[in-house]
Amino acid sequence: MIIHHPLLGPRDAQEFVYLGDASLIDRPDWQAEDAAGAFHDYLYLRDNPAGLHRELWFHEQGDRSWLVVTRDTTTHEITSVELARDVARARGRSR
Amino acid sequence: MHDLIPLSPLGGAAPQVDMFDGLQIREVTDRALASVAARLGHEAVCQGTLRALIGADLPGPGQSVEGSVQGLSYAAFWTAPETWMIDADHGAHELLAQDLAQALGASASVTEQTDGWCRFDLEGARVCDLLERLCAVDVRMMGQGGVTRTALHHIGGYLWCQAPGRRFVVLGSRSSARSLHHALVETARSITG
Repeated sequence: MIIHHPLLGPRDAQEFVYLGDASLIDRPDWQAEDAAGAFHDYLYLRDNPAGLHRELWFHEQGDRSWLVVTRDTTTHEITSVELARDVARARGRSR
Repeated sequence: MHDLIPLSPLGGAAPQVDMFDGLQIREVTDRALASVAARLGHEAVCQGTLRALIGADLPGPGQSVEGSVQGLSYAAFWTAPETWMIDADHGAHELLAQDLAQALGASASVTEQTDGWCRFDLEGARVCDLLERLCAVDVRMMGQGGVTRTALHHIGGYLWCQAPGRRFVVLGSRSSARSLHHALVETARSITG
């Protein structure tokens, strides 16, 4: 499987480590009133789609950046690769 | 005072050189390394300060630059977004990270790297034959100054092209220096022997 890194171009998937669902970026506010419930959902509840799935990959044997990879779980076709940094910032996170 | 004996990453008193037909593998110990990561919002200040310090503009992804200031040669290569490895003469910059941290102030985070890496300079007509057996990089397509992180013989490190098809630098973790050297020498023997 080839992952098209936004900065470094096509790289072999062997260089990467898989973490999990990209929703891990949306870590709840630990100071909120409903923090316990929010963290339960954040930790344990995942969609398990047959089809497009957004997931976090770490370029361990590369520039060590986190990527958000959109992969079809039925065909392994990768349709989009973004820097997780850019995704997080687009959602209003400062860093 | 401690009375310590300096050893090269391979454990010798002097850097090791291995000669083959069409290939030379040379251990390099006279370069200092430091990693510089520009802090959020301070990227321009960090890059401007470094430009003055190393005499060159910082490179983009997969690239390196060489510069010189007051007769000393410097190099920098891109390692990650807003992060570069700075390479300088060890004799003149034994405390490179400290010098850079002082000059860059709050604009960047600097970490000492010299003692974390071992360096082998590979030179000769057979260098691509060697590297293409050890890593997944398309070494014959690497241009002047190209740098990439890769795994050589399952050992992570940087591969730096200093003259296309002719001269490459391999940086590996110092703790794996002998394993990396073993892989380089064994492969060199098998292609030149």
